Amino acid sequence: MKLRFLIPLVAFIALVGLLFVGLSLDPREIPSPLIGKEAPGFDLPELRNEEVRFAREDMLGKPALLNVWASWCVTCRQEHPMLAELRRAGVPIYGLNYKDTRSDALRFLGQFGDPYDAIGFDESGLVGIDYGVYATPETFLIDSNGKIRFKHIGMITPEVIETRILPLYRQLEAET
Amino acid sequence: MVAEIGLFALILAFLLAIAQGTLPLIGAARGDTALMAVGRSAAYGQLVFLGIAYAMLTYAFVTDDFSIAYVANHSNTLLPTQYKVSGVWGGHEGSLLLWVLILGFWSAAVATFSRSLPREVVARVLGVMGLVAIGFIGFTLFTSSPFERLIPAAMEGRDLNPMLQDPGLIIHPPMLYMGYVGFSVAFAFAIAALIGGRLDAAWARWSRPWTAVAWAFLTVGIGLGSWWAYYVLGWGGWWFWDPVENASFMPWLMGTALLHSLAVTEKRGGFKNWTVMLAILTFSLVLLAAFLVRSGVLTSVHAFAVDPDRGLYLLLFMAVVVAGSLTLFAWRAGKVGLGGGFQLVSRESALLTNNVLLVVAAAAVLLGTLYPLFLDAFGLGKISVGPPYFEAVFLPLMLPLLLLLGFGPRLRWKQDSPTELLWRLRWIFGVSLVFGMIWPLFVGSWSFLAGIGAFLGLWIIGSSLKDLVDRLRPRRESQQTLGTRVRRLGRSYVGMQVAHIGVALVVIGVTFVLGYDDERDVRMAVGQTVEVGGYGFRLDSLDEVRGPNFDADQATVSVFRDGQLMTTLTPQMRYYFSQEQPMAHTSLHRGIFRDLYVNMGEELPGNAWVMRVYYKPYMNWVWAGAVLMALGGFLAASDRRYRMRVRREDEVVDEDAKLAAKDAVKGRGDGAEPNPAG
Amino acid sequence: MRPWNYLQLPLFVAAIALLMPMTAAAGPTAPPSEPMTFDSELDEQRYQKLIRELRCTVCQNQNLIESNAPLANDLRRQIALMINDGSDTDEIVDYMVARYGDFVLFRPPMKGITYLLWFGPVAMLLIGLGTLGTILWRRRTQVGSEPLSTDEEERLRSLLGDGGHDKT
Repeated sequence: MKLRFLIPLVAFIALVGLLFVGLSLDPREIPSPLIGKEAPGFDLPELRNEEVRFAREDMLGKPALLNVWASWCVTCRQEHPMLAELRRAGVPIYGLNYKDTRSDALRFLGQFGDPYDAIGFDESGLVGIDYGVYATPETFLIDSNGKIRFKHIGMITPEVIETRILPLYRQLEAET
Repeated sequence: MVAEIGLFALILAFLLAIAQGTLPLIGAARGDTALMAVGRSAAYGQLVFLGIAYAMLTYAFVTDDFSIAYVANHSNTLLPTQYKVSGVWGGHEGSLLLWVLILGFWSAAVATFSRSLPREVVARVLGVMGLVAIGFIGFTLFTSSPFERLIPAAMEGRDLNPMLQDPGLIIHPPMLYMGYVGFSVAFAFAIAALIGGRLDAAWARWSRPWTAVAWAFLTVGIGLGSWWAYYVLGWGGWWFWDPVENASFMPWLMGTALLHSLAVTEKRGGFKNWTVMLAILTFSLVLLAAFLVRSGVLTSVHAFAVDPDRGLYLLLFMAVVVAGSLTLFAWRAGKVGLGGGFQLVSRESALLTNNVLLVVAAAAVLLGTLYPLFLDAFGLGKISVGPPYFEAVFLPLMLPLLLLLGFGPRLRWKQDSPTELLWRLRWIFGVSLVFGMIWPLFVGSWSFLAGIGAFLGLWIIGSSLKDLVDRLRPRRESQQTLGTRVRRLGRSYVGMQVAHIGVALVVIGVTFVLGYDDERDVRMAVGQTVEVGGYGFRLDSLDEVRGPNFDADQATVSVFRDGQLMTTLTPQMRYYFSQEQPMAHTSLHRGIFRDLYVNMGEELPGNAWVMRVYYKPYMNWVWAGAVLMALGGFLAASDRRYRMRVRREDEVVDEDAKLAAKDAVKGRGDGAEPNPAG
Repeated sequence: MRPWNYLQLPLFVAAIALLMPMTAAAGPTAPPSEPMTFDSELDEQRYQKLIRELRCTVCQNQNLIESNAPLANDLRRQIALMINDGSDTDEIVDYMVARYGDFVLFRPPMKGITYLLWFGPVAMLLIGLGTLGTILWRRRTQVGSEPLSTDEEERLRSLLGDGGHDKT
């Protein structure tokens, strides 16, 4: 047996290892390039009160969550009780109502409750694009200086709250 | 009952596969003829039971048996019957059943057409195919049974995805699977040869026609997939370098290399280790394709359901098969002779260069396909590798290959004179270069890519035709009629030239459509005319029409050229009753030099629509080329030297053929592919 | 056999989810949009090239032109706007990458982690041709030698006719 005949075997075993690791990865989850960067600026009308504006600067001073949601998003409905849970834990929650109509969104809040401190009404979805939103719901954890520290794509589960969001939030809270 | 009979038949087929995968191999090792003979009957039995299982599932589809989960998910009472029949392979489980049925078919075909082969060889080949069958039937049975019951039964089925309700999709998967699975025969021959320790010219001769047929089917399958995507997806694309397409393209490239390498092994007895390696790699890529498509490790528009169990099973199966084969290879390879010697400039060298280029091309496609996974696995971020990468990497690899293709068939075995060769082909080269560079000017403004494409296409066609003419020219000493001379060419040779001309058509088609296609998103109101690619498109009317399982908005568009009405197109926006999303249905006017293609986009206020209008020059050359390539493969496989007969009464020796064959194997001549005097 | 499980239903819908964007992300039906118009043929071409080379993030594996997802529609419009505002191609690519990462680029950027991707094929070609060249150079002296051993020849003779059980 010549050693060079073993090269294909070795290469193949490496490939199988790679594919095995690949089985446990989610090819659809895209990490955000915004982590560690300044949260993009915006200045939007408030959902619940057209007269009032809601801007990025309103979120500063204290770490907070920015939750991107819409009334047409089924997962958002399932996620909603979790937001109330976080609110009870003392986390400020801001909303970005993404590509929705005002009446649908308000009906949604009337039906499922309203845990938000303020909600930006992003009808065109342009602020959503600035935040790299591609699959609602998405949730950003922003520190007191306006830096994005964490992003969760998809539904917030109790596990995500316990293992990711709350520990990081407490840490950020301690930093300020 | 139907589901239970089907499941039972599948279990019986599985048991027969176990018998086929073990007993003949033991028999061959012990020299026990009774055990060896099991292979053949097990293969036939397996085909029968797989056929029963398949027939049961088809019956369930046709009779709308929604108590079977798979049927409930992929059919609907309103679905036209032909799509109920093809709906059987519209999802993961059913397509897998088709896969194993085709595997059973190939096994039975080997059992039938191998009667003249030594018993041990047949036993080993069928044994290896049995092992492959164990893996795939087991996969169907244990992770993906299409016969699972839905309790309670559904009242109505969820319907087949409208994209799959298309004639192109009726035949695409069977052809593709015939190709994929067909490579298991070449693989089985290679493994049998390794086990038996006899890698010789006879082995190459036996496996060559099987490889050619599998390759031809895969060519048809890939071509049909592309043809289907072109008019069904509705934005004029025909090749996307999507992971699933790459998954089918890699075994095709490797299989093409194998086909050419087998030629060297058969004719000259050389490069046996390399040929065996290619046979193993080709089938490994088939297994990889099955894994990539069915495991969900990569996102693709064509991928099947994601289920980690299935992915794990397929990965393990692939690991066992491929690692086993490669270990066997490492153990057994190297014990074979070197084959006939040859010079730097010779047909052997050309074929090996072809092999290097094709294998590197396949490896590059593999690299690009798996690279995102590779980065992700090491936590280095997520990237996408798409058409711009593959075009940048793949096209340059094809240039030298296509240039070489014009020389290859004219090169002599053993050695040839480069200067003489160039001299023989100087006119063809010059004329194709000049005309190739001018041709694009008739289509649009000059483009380098189209110029190169046209040159290479003309060069391949020219040198093929010149070779053909040279061979048909009467030789001084012989008195043969033209008919005899044509017959003496041999189907193997004619098949090769036909396939090569097919390649040329694909090259011209691809480069022209890349260089000159034109498309517009336009707002069209009734009565309005727009210009695209020199054609006028006028929206005549908008109507509502009704299909068997959908309603549709239909636009009637008249197409004019220089004020003359050419054709009327009727694209539709279909609203399938079972789907939320509407689906655009393209209308096409196909032609030799261009396709016109109209698709409905979105409805606008004021009785208008956004229409996508495309002008696709030379598109059909791509499909025509694929058809010729496949035809060439089938022709070559039907060459009479592969049709060895066993009947004694046929023993009237055809001296000519016998001498040619002997010469070929000894490497003293060209056998059935004589070279012209020059 | 596992009993049928209703939770699997969504999986089967996804089974042949050709071109179907993720419903959760798809959003409401997009408002009808007029086709984009550009000031020059060159701008139009830049637009066409960009929407082919940028990946739709909500879809399975499609570029922006193929996708009918509302986000793809928004991004197409955004790109058209930027082109008409005079942004050059690099600026638009940077804009997309800043928001969605390298993932949106179907043409992977040339950088540390992608050198292997971009130069791998070239390296493989050089290795392949190098190996081939070495082999050919070594073998060139063997012209004229018998390609088959006596044993093999014996065997072939029996297989290809002289053995009396078949012919070609």
